[in-house]
Amino acid sequence: MNLEERDLVIIGGGPAGLAAAISAWEAGCRDILLVERDRVLGGILNQCIHDGFGLHTFNEALSGPEYAARYIEKLRNTGVEVLEQTMVLHLGEDRVLHLASRGTYRTLRARGVILAMGCRERPRGAISIPGTRPSGVFTAGAAQHLMNLENIMVGNRVCILGSGDIGLIMARRMTLEGASVEGVFEILPYSSGLPRNIQQCLNDYDIPLYLGTTVQKIHGSRRLEGVTVAQVGPDRCPLAGSERYVPCDTLLLSVGLIPENELSREASIPLDPRTNGPLVDSSFMTRVPGIFACGNVLHVHDLVDYVSQEAEEAGRFAAAWSCAAARSSANSLSVIPGEGIRYTLPQKISSSESTTLSLRVAAPWRNRSIVVREKEKIVARKSLVRLHPAEMIRIALDAKSLLGVHELEVILQ
Amino acid sequence: MILSKLVDLGQPEVGEYRVKKTKHYDVLIVGAGVVGCAIARELSRYALSVGVVEKERDVSFGTSSRNSGVLHAGFNYAPGSLRAKLDVEGNRLMEPLCGKLKVKISKIGKLTVALNEEECRELERLKEQGEANGVPGLEILDAAEMHTIQPGVEGVKALWSPTSGIVCPYGLTIALARSARQNGTDFYLSWEVARISREDSGFFLENSQGEELKASVVINAAGLFADRIARMVGIRDYTLYPCRGEYYVLDKRLQGTLKTLIYPAPRKNDPGLGIHLTPTVDGNILIGPSAEYTELPEDWSCSAEILENLRQKGRELFPDLSASDFIRSFAGLRPKLAPPEEGGNRDFVVEDRKDLPGFINLMGIESPGLTSAPALAIMVRDMVKNHCDLKEKDLFIEELPGRTKSFAESSPEERAALVAEDPDYGEIVCRCEQVTKREILDALSDPLGARTLMSVKYRTRATMGRCQGGFCLPKIVNILTRELGYSPEEISLRDEKSFFFPGRVRKEEGSR
Repeated sequence: MNLEERDLVIIGGGPAGLAAAISAWEAGCRDILLVERDRVLGGILNQCIHDGFGLHTFNEALSGPEYAARYIEKLRNTGVEVLEQTMVLHLGEDRVLHLASRGTYRTLRARGVILAMGCRERPRGAISIPGTRPSGVFTAGAAQHLMNLENIMVGNRVCILGSGDIGLIMARRMTLEGASVEGVFEILPYSSGLPRNIQQCLNDYDIPLYLGTTVQKIHGSRRLEGVTVAQVGPDRCPLAGSERYVPCDTLLLSVGLIPENELSREASIPLDPRTNGPLVDSSFMTRVPGIFACGNVLHVHDLVDYVSQEAEEAGRFAAAWSCAAARSSANSLSVIPGEGIRYTLPQKISSSESTTLSLRVAAPWRNRSIVVREKEKIVARKSLVRLHPAEMIRIALDAKSLLGVHELEVILQ
Repeated sequence: MILSKLVDLGQPEVGEYRVKKTKHYDVLIVGAGVVGCAIARELSRYALSVGVVEKERDVSFGTSSRNSGVLHAGFNYAPGSLRAKLDVEGNRLMEPLCGKLKVKISKIGKLTVALNEEECRELERLKEQGEANGVPGLEILDAAEMHTIQPGVEGVKALWSPTSGIVCPYGLTIALARSARQNGTDFYLSWEVARISREDSGFFLENSQGEELKASVVINAAGLFADRIARMVGIRDYTLYPCRGEYYVLDKRLQGTLKTLIYPAPRKNDPGLGIHLTPTVDGNILIGPSAEYTELPEDWSCSAEILENLRQKGRELFPDLSASDFIRSFAGLRPKLAPPEEGGNRDFVVEDRKDLPGFINLMGIESPGLTSAPALAIMVRDMVKNHCDLKEKDLFIEELPGRTKSFAESSPEERAALVAEDPDYGEIVCRCEQVTKREILDALSDPLGARTLMSVKYRTRATMGRCQGGFCLPKIVNILTRELGYSPEEISLRDEKSFFFPGRVRKEEGSR
């Protein structure tokens, strides 16, 4: 088949793809193709009609579509070519891509590729809730899509499993549309959503949050009729005698997000089992030369502002690689998550450039410090009053402090 | 449950149904599972009027869609039994049949593995039994030979069976039904038999809405409900004991790791064949099935203990399995004739009832019912001969139109050609399984009238991937509402009771 040659192809037109495309253009790359599978750009932001986006970037509380519009307008002033309603069906290690759209199937080879596919929701199977499989069980994001983009109501009496942000947002959304939300059930002893969402989406509407509680069984042979909830012990197993039946016709699952790395796997890109995203260096290049990654496909972010920032950096690096053919071979050093740290990113950084580490702690803490060190040598330290796995922490590393360093460890102190 | 108000024969209701216009068939088949549909397709070769009645809104909504999808070779069954005979014959017929019907099948073979001396003797016994049944190519392999077929299997010896394989069970059932339909068979879906009465002129089948059909010959292929159907005509000889098997479906990431079917050596009185790994024709791997008797013939629920047990089993076999590799659990029910206290298996019952001329009764068609279906169909056809004149039609269409390979399974060149030919092939609806809009539209215009999400799923694989419909459900809903004019309330999983949506969020301009 005919192979079309392109400088830079960006997969995904959500917040990461948009910011990466703009920054790659601004960095001087003039042959950029942005591929989006939906009808319009913006990705998941389009269904996020609540506000709170852009506080860091624009000092404003924007809705999802408004936040996306800022980037889409900017993109329209560039020469970036946008292919909407187009799905990438194949990505090879050789950066050959197969694209399908209405009436067109094309193959092309790119000098550089940016993965910006985002993430998907963890389905019921992955958390194995026993019971029947009736209609009325939705992932929270699918319910959000149906309600906000298709104008379809998903149910009237609702239970929500998992206190991830989308679940919390949907608790409020469904209440506002007249549904009765019976409660949000979270297996962990703490919520996995942002504290401001607990306040604004649950507390303000008197929706109960049951911590250390899970849905143990699903009932109903056709439409959902109810769920059995139970408290769990420290081993997360249900405690006998704590079971309670909650009648409901709808169960929303907000039980985690999985970076969508099917194409990355196809391209033989090694993934980090902690982030479920590609291993990257400080230029956001994966272990496959010329393929970069940013946004939720790399690691799940809690704020879109951080996605945009990360993608801007990735876009610059990818532009330099693809267009100036400037293949940097700077000295690189590994960054390893140590005690109390769930993951750090990038996993490899250049020792000759300043960079910013993103990380998450493994459990909630108060008054602790994040220390970046090599053995006794401390490269950076950040003290925080409140540390929470739901909130991503970013630490700036100065190039000067990295002189002579070979491997960094990040720990909680 | 569904059939709570049973009216036995012997107290026939003489009423208005006699006055209504009742369609008269030569043969009516009760149940549109793989067996009922195979019989329907076989009978559609002949100049007969044949109808199939099914209580669900689509074919293959019961046991036929909830099993391992294994094509058995036939060495597990006692020589001389119907199961042995029909399985070996069905196995032989299956590949050419699937070719004509464009159903996915793969003869990947099977290793039955022995862990110790005692089990090795069991393998010898199985081999002899298989040979007596006419199973070709059976061989006892040592560990080294076994490892050339499947590296890493633990065991001292194995029985290799090259004619074992896998087939798409719902794909086969749907294709058989479509082929029968194409050759003139009528399908009455959502048509639940409520009572059957018999007169000299034939059988009257009435559904719960009071509609009536008449037939000279009735074939009971009602699976889990076959004992209830039999009781409607006064046959009280049988009770079926539903025996549940739970499964996990594993992510396609593991595709290719399992080269063949691997079973433990069978244990006495096990109602199943032991928990094992089964690759599917679509590239997933199934772990299961468990075997537990239940009360209800439609209790497809999964239990915490068994799921945990299956997960453990999975992790033993694939140490790097992560939580997200378990994409779905499901359960199926075996219609067993052997009660719990007896255990094990009994033979199939296939009888042309002498006491009720024209009533052909199939009972206890559990494993290997899928493999046996084509042979069962021929056996039943020969019984129909006792009651009707079987004259072959001038034109019987053997093949189904369409392609075996889905868009996702096609090569880049084939995909490009498909997209060029029909632009709807370029629109991907289900991202995990790469199902196109063309394929969704084809499913929705199926001659059987598939309209539920489950019908679309079994025809296209949409929602069967790792995100389990998170992405494509809204897209399919969009096609149904915006392009085909459905109201949200009309969209359901399997029937009107399993509706998805209570309605719109807000009133839409010009919407229904």
